[in-house]
Amino acid sequence: MGMILKAIWSQLVTLYRVLLHTFTPTDTVSYPEEMPYLAPRYRGRIVLTRDPGGEERCVACNLCAVACPVDCIALQKTEDEHGRWYADFFRINFSRCVMCGLCEEACPTYAIQLTPDFEMCEYDRQNMVYEKEHLLISGQGKYPGYSFYHVAGKAIKDKDKGESLNEATPIDVRSLLP
Amino acid sequence: MPNIIVDGQTIEAKDGANLLEVLLNEGINVPYFCWHPAMGSIGACRQCAVVGYANEDDTRGRIMMSCMTPVSEGARFSVNADNAESFRESVVENLMLNHPHDCPVCEEGGECHLQDMTVMVGHRDRQYEGLKTTYRNQYLGPFIGHEMNRCITCYRCVRYYKDYAGGDDLSAFGSRDRVFFGRAESGVLENEFAGNLIEVCPTGVFTDKTFSKHYTRKWDLQTAPTVCQSCSLGCNTYTSERYGEVRRVHNRYNHEVNGYFLCDRGRFGAGHVNSANRIPQAGIRNSDGRYDPVDLETALSAVSDLMSSSDGLIGIGSPRASLEANEALIQLVGEENYCNGMTDNECEMHQVILDVLASDLITPAMAEVEDYDAIIIVGEDITNHAPRLALSIRQSIRQRAGELAESSGIALWHDAAVRELAQAEKSPLTLLTPMADRLDDVATHSIRLAPNEIINKTIEITNAVNDATPSSAREIAQTLIEAKKPLIVSGTSLNSPNILKATTNLAIAVAQHNPETGIFLCAHESNSVGASLLGSDRSGEALLATKPNTAIVLENDIYSRFAEGALESIDHLVVLTPLDDSTASQADVVLPAGSFAEAEGTFINSEGRSQRSMVVFKPKGDIAPSYQLLTRLAGHAKQASTLRSELAARHEALQPITSIAPNEQFRIAGSKVARMTHRSSGRTAMSADISVREKRQPEDQESALAFTMEGNQQQAPAALRTYSWSPGWNSNQSIHKFQDEVGGPDRSAVDKRPLFEQTRRLTPYDISVESEFDPGQIVILQQHIFGSDPSSNEAEEIASLIPQPYVRMNSTTASSLALTHRGGAKCRDIEMMVLVDDDVAEGCLIYPSIPATTALAGVASTDFTAIEGWIAPSEAVKASLITTDGAR
Repeated sequence: MGMILKAIWSQLVTLYRVLLHTFTPTDTVSYPEEMPYLAPRYRGRIVLTRDPGGEERCVACNLCAVACPVDCIALQKTEDEHGRWYADFFRINFSRCVMCGLCEEACPTYAIQLTPDFEMCEYDRQNMVYEKEHLLISGQGKYPGYSFYHVAGKAIKDKDKGESLNEATPIDVRSLLP
Repeated sequence: MPNIIVDGQTIEAKDGANLLEVLLNEGINVPYFCWHPAMGSIGACRQCAVVGYANEDDTRGRIMMSCMTPVSEGARFSVNADNAESFRESVVENLMLNHPHDCPVCEEGGECHLQDMTVMVGHRDRQYEGLKTTYRNQYLGPFIGHEMNRCITCYRCVRYYKDYAGGDDLSAFGSRDRVFFGRAESGVLENEFAGNLIEVCPTGVFTDKTFSKHYTRKWDLQTAPTVCQSCSLGCNTYTSERYGEVRRVHNRYNHEVNGYFLCDRGRFGAGHVNSANRIPQAGIRNSDGRYDPVDLETALSAVSDLMSSSDGLIGIGSPRASLEANEALIQLVGEENYCNGMTDNECEMHQVILDVLASDLITPAMAEVEDYDAIIIVGEDITNHAPRLALSIRQSIRQRAGELAESSGIALWHDAAVRELAQAEKSPLTLLTPMADRLDDVATHSIRLAPNEIINKTIEITNAVNDATPSSAREIAQTLIEAKKPLIVSGTSLNSPNILKATTNLAIAVAQHNPETGIFLCAHESNSVGASLLGSDRSGEALLATKPNTAIVLENDIYSRFAEGALESIDHLVVLTPLDDSTASQADVVLPAGSFAEAEGTFINSEGRSQRSMVVFKPKGDIAPSYQLLTRLAGHAKQASTLRSELAARHEALQPITSIAPNEQFRIAGSKVARMTHRSSGRTAMSADISVREKRQPEDQESALAFTMEGNQQQAPAALRTYSWSPGWNSNQSIHKFQDEVGGPDRSAVDKRPLFEQTRRLTPYDISVESEFDPGQIVILQQHIFGSDPSSNEAEEIASLIPQPYVRMNSTTASSLALTHRGGAKCRDIEMMVLVDDDVAEGCLIYPSIPATTALAGVASTDFTAIEGWIAPSEAVKASLITTDGAR
């Protein structure tokens, strides 16, 4: 008997709750006339960002490519004359991308970031293939201020050995001081 | 076999092993850095700590380094004890204090031993808040990059470079926490085995510069097991590809051949596959002498027309091509019209090698050379001609150290102790060479003789074996007779069959006194022994003497190998070659042959071992393996395995080549062996710039390997394994996971199937010296590790180390020819620098075997004339010559 009463009560509460929802504002918007709000961390179109100095953040380490569950990122490392690594080409096949964000999580330099832009429809699948020039933006994206090369101990143009975060000046190997 | 107890579990340990080896043999993961299976223990890094207990009642125990702990019956240890684990974690934390935050831009990332060990011990957060020590890097040459900040001071590099490889220009400098590993000043690393630093260094201090230029992470490489083509030793390599080009060559462990190490020519010489000099497409010479690129079908039908209209057709094979390709050529032209492409002289030399391999003399494998305790090298420049063997010979001189250690009760793995004990004591090594040799520093006798005197001296030593009259020859003979295992080494670099014959006679004589006597004769090219087996009875000259008018040439630069006159009768030339060379530029039709990375093949090395080299990647366009092109000409394309069985059916001796590696039907649980790793990335984007529709992966009909990431890899037999990896072991240190015993043979390696019955008793050769060398006019071609192999010369970095032309002689010869040191000399319009070096044997003129001097073939010493007022180019003599430059 108690069981049956409990079940009836539950049904009534459910009906009440549903009824209550008819008075709340609707979540559905008439897209595309009206744009929904998307949080800054919404996972849409992928971009490559630049560091505070305006240089490409991507160092072509390949971690995004290996993290990608659909293998839609391909890139090749190259180097400038000062030893800075960057991508020779960087290609994302968005027709395969599932916007999972694992590439962004894997990226050690905050270079690859997902943006709230999801409007990427094309009539031709080939147009879903983005190269570096399509991916690279001029800003720093969601993580301003970070520059990988100023943390890492590799010398590049205008940043010598010992000038990174937490680094002492290069030692003098020929010193005999105790 | 003592039984030890580790964490309550009883383990049967190998006699005389250290605890670290025993634990690794058991599959227990113990982190380590400074220990290396080929270099023993020094206990420098403190990483392999375990807890040792005094007895059953001891519950506290004490921390000890497993690599420095001998095992004894009933000893008790714990790997998992809390204090051992926290100790190991703190060691990594300390080693990482100064490690830069640069894994993403480090070439070692993804196959880094330091990364693996850090994950293994569970270290995560850096607690130290002080500043990191930094260093300035050095330029170490075109092969090796230097990033000293990453160093964890394990000392492996200097132990390998100085102690193992015998180099003297890399060292530890500085004091306290300023220790620096590098050269006294920037410059090219001089040692021929410097490339192994890349694999020896547990982190990214020494990295592969040639690989970094088109860097790819290990997980993205498509790899196949290959056999090095740079000399006759057949070292095992992994050749890796990405985006249609060869990216790098890594060592492939073969316990009996190259072990853990390669030479720099083999490691950095594969760039020829990507060379701009590759023949990408078939070509037919048109009426104005230029090539018209044509499609393969047109070219093949042009060749068929030439063949059917020919008046005398021959096929010239090659000691550089695989057995399969040579067999395809035999099938196309018929055995009677085929030669193996060697000159008379080469045939004669390699016949001696075949005789020795088939005889009852012991012919050791390259790794076994390390066990011989008295060696004589007769007229062979090992370091330049068969480089990896020199590294084995360097280890063999430590036999004496081993004896001393044994008598003092010191285990051999106690590396520092054994070296300290032995000091400069070494096993006897005698060199009979016409010039200074890279092995001089470890030799007990270095004797400089002209080639004819080398033969005489060898005959003298042979006679002294049975004649106890005291003499210098008897002294050398005595070291051989009295040794436990004497070894006699020679080779083809002086181009003298008599040297090989005299050496063989010496081995026969010594073997009568000492049944352990071994003989190692170095052949000239990657498949010289195999090609000789196919037809050493007829040389190229003999076949050309039949005046054929059409020749099909297989991967053989006959215009530099044979004298111009011998080739006069040929009106029509068909050439199959991967690289444009002097023969290709004479051809009527050129067919684009696959390089070693694009064609499967079986090669027989100097020790008579047949080895299979697999295809790394599908070649571009019309490029195809030579054997496919040739069998298509003969009717229809045949598979490599078909050619092998047909060859084995005809040649009794070649039976084993069909079973050295599984054929294309081989499957593991229904699938082939994958060439790609299971983490290979970018599959749906790699070719998306051309078409977004993913291409079907190419299928491999020829072998049991697949061009995919699907398939079994871990259980693949050694001959098919495509990379070395095991969970938690991403670096090449994972090799031990494939061995039953660390440093021992691969668990799945096929037993060596000898090609020869090795029962025939050899009778000593008759030697006539007079015919071979004219005493006043001895001109010797010196082999150069960088410069004397036409394929590796095409690799950009190797090419940058090829020496400039020079001519070397001693002061007497120089004054008789009116030449001065560092002056200029001219011969056949080639200008070269004169090096006067009293380490050159009397009356000999030495010039390098490099592309710039090919025109000098057959010159006499009087043809060299001085150039007045010649100014030497600043870099006339490069690194590979520095220690043999008399003016050093």
